[in-house]
Amino acid sequence: MSVMEQDSAGAPARASLLNDPKARGLFYQLVLIVALVTLGYVIVTNTIANLERQNIASGWGFLENTAGFGIIQSLAPYSETSSYGQAVFVGFLNTLLVAVVGIFLATLIGFVVGIARLSNNFVISRLAYCYVELIRNVPLLLQIFFWYFAVLRAVPGKRDKWSFLFDYFHLNIAGLRGPKPIWEPGAEFIGYALIIAIVATYLIARWARKRQDATGQQFPMLWTGLGLIIGLPVITYLVTGMPMTLEHPNFVETGPMLRRGFELNVGFNLIPEFLALTLALSIYTASFIAEIVRAGIQAVSHGQTEAAHALGIRHGPTLRLVIIPQAMRVIIPPLTSQYLNLTKNSSLAVAIAFPDLVSVGGTVLNQTGQAIEIIGIWMAVYLSLSLITSAFMNWYNQRMALVER
Amino acid sequence: MSNQSMFHIRTEEAPLLPAPVSTTGVIGWMRQHLFSSIGNTALTVVGILIAYSIIAPFIQFAFIDAVWTGDNREACLPQDGGHSGACWAYVEAYFPQFIYGRYPTDEVWRVNIVYALFALLLVPLAIPSAPYKRTNAILFLVIFPIVAYFLLTGLVIGGTVILPIVETAVWGGLLVTLVIAVTGIVASLPLGIALALGRRSKMPIIKLVSIIFIEFWRGVPLITVLFMSSVMLPLFLPEGVTFDKLLRVLIGVTLFSAAYMAEVVRGGLQAIPKGQYEGAMALGLRFWPMMYLIILPQALKLVIPGIVNTFIGLFKDTTLVLIVGMFDLLGQIQSSFTDPTWSTPSQGHTGYLFAAIVFFVFCFGMSRYSIFMEKKLHTGHKR
Repeated sequence: MSVMEQDSAGAPARASLLNDPKARGLFYQLVLIVALVTLGYVIVTNTIANLERQNIASGWGFLENTAGFGIIQSLAPYSETSSYGQAVFVGFLNTLLVAVVGIFLATLIGFVVGIARLSNNFVISRLAYCYVELIRNVPLLLQIFFWYFAVLRAVPGKRDKWSFLFDYFHLNIAGLRGPKPIWEPGAEFIGYALIIAIVATYLIARWARKRQDATGQQFPMLWTGLGLIIGLPVITYLVTGMPMTLEHPNFVETGPMLRRGFELNVGFNLIPEFLALTLALSIYTASFIAEIVRAGIQAVSHGQTEAAHALGIRHGPTLRLVIIPQAMRVIIPPLTSQYLNLTKNSSLAVAIAFPDLVSVGGTVLNQTGQAIEIIGIWMAVYLSLSLITSAFMNWYNQRMALVER
Repeated sequence: MSNQSMFHIRTEEAPLLPAPVSTTGVIGWMRQHLFSSIGNTALTVVGILIAYSIIAPFIQFAFIDAVWTGDNREACLPQDGGHSGACWAYVEAYFPQFIYGRYPTDEVWRVNIVYALFALLLVPLAIPSAPYKRTNAILFLVIFPIVAYFLLTGLVIGGTVILPIVETAVWGGLLVTLVIAVTGIVASLPLGIALALGRRSKMPIIKLVSIIFIEFWRGVPLITVLFMSSVMLPLFLPEGVTFDKLLRVLIGVTLFSAAYMAEVVRGGLQAIPKGQYEGAMALGLRFWPMMYLIILPQALKLVIPGIVNTFIGLFKDTTLVLIVGMFDLLGQIQSSFTDPTWSTPSQGHTGYLFAAIVFFVFCFGMSRYSIFMEKKLHTGHKR
């Protein structure tokens, strides 16, 4: 009897270990771990055996070896005698370059189109609608091919050019050429002036906000800021005696046929691969951003506008102080994921041989056969980019979350 | 006499005057939507100019200057130095290749049967009011893939050839595009559901493994996944075991889209009110019966638009397989450019235009369907 009582008090209704949720949970997790470890073990042993058979030494040593191939665009010093590691680094920088330029352009086009879709003007809103539907329903790779093979291959050949914007910019099959600024001694002051202007704008903005909080008086911050940031460097440029000249691309029209065309390394040059990739990426991503912007603005209820108007706030400040801050809360999270998509999609560069991380990595992979290491580098780079983005997104969401009572 | 008053008193209401012409009808609409202010008028003019500058050359290229019939490049060459239009004769000549790839002509009927079965099962599945949803879904998701597999690859039982084997290397065009996209979605659905449940699980290790899996595949571009499946996967297998190239791509695509599918399904699971779980538990249902009978039917219905959107993304992304040397629709078109029989200045434009039209029709149709479903499903949850 006493044993029975103890039992019912100590461990109530424990019929079988099979029906205990905790035990079952532990068992399932144990099974998963064993399965994963077995899978990992099989993969590792198979890989080691396969690599031995193919005579590939795994490890990172190959990154020191000489690459021996050229890269048509590099932001860091690179030549054919550089190492594989340097080549991969140059590819990484190119990926970043495409991502940054693409994100800038995509945001610009996306916001314009997104706002145009909400326009009261029928023609404008229809145009924006057609843009969005046409662009986002056609694969990105097809668009890259279109820009690269169909548009940029249809421009004048190497010995010819097509000039626009008052003859400052030229397009031919070798890419876009334009004037390049040449900085002479004394030009560093322009940089200093720009830094000073930015710091001053920041300080004045802080002061203006404090004063407005205290007294309600407003300060024309936009014009002051613009005047400082543009004006101060311009004044410095004039005062220091214009230490900057433009180097125009040199087009040779006479002489032997083979020497005609643009002189190498004179002026500013964008290769057609870069142009095609950046254009396609930003136009494609912009169609998604436009939808995000439209949804974000529509998510702010009309009552907010009416309440602001009822308080006597004019149309401009209503938009700036009431609508946009609330819309941004809805817009920013999907926007960052679009930025991430654009960065990941820049890997399509490999299809038109623009030397980005994947493209250069693919060349290295073909030459050395170090598949695991190269794919590891790719995964690591893109994963860390996406982790940084999601960390930023979490931080932003926390900061922007509605403070509810 | 007394009846006759000096004053006129109106006894019936005056007829209502019509609204001013300037606020109704076509003119009123135009005043409001096109010319409400000077700025608006300017925008209208600029907009019409932009539209004209895009549409006019397009119509000129695709219809007016287009060549519809011909046997080789001679028909499509630009006449007397002018610009040539679209060379539809080339698309016509290559049409079978764009649809079937280099699938043997004698066996093309098998592909046609698969296409027909696919359409026959998909259409009633997509129409919400069609009956026998469950049978239909099982037919589409379980029986159809098996039938399609044997029809497309061939069937040999005990040495007797019932359907001749067709190597996947000769598959191409729309066939490969559809095989990859449909298999990717169908195979990733169960995997995605499992991962979504795992991510919401209370067991820490299962949850952690699911999160790592999902975030890993979502964090890397598809092209590296394809490289991985075509270069790295063979290294993982024991000696002598080789996978078909198409199968390797399919594995990569499935794992990749399973991660996205998991996030879509998780959204649906989160939208189910807690009361549903509690109600099911109060009825004494265990985890799997609860999921199978109560939660998943509701959650999956909610995420149909999300699944369709994932499918659209995957359908567009199948074009990337041309980078690892497979011939999907775009790859087939791209490879046809090397044929000297049809080499003309307008060949590239025509090919890309054709590809764009095919992809647009598929993707736009699906996105309309997803919007339609979203509206239809939304009504049930309005309070």
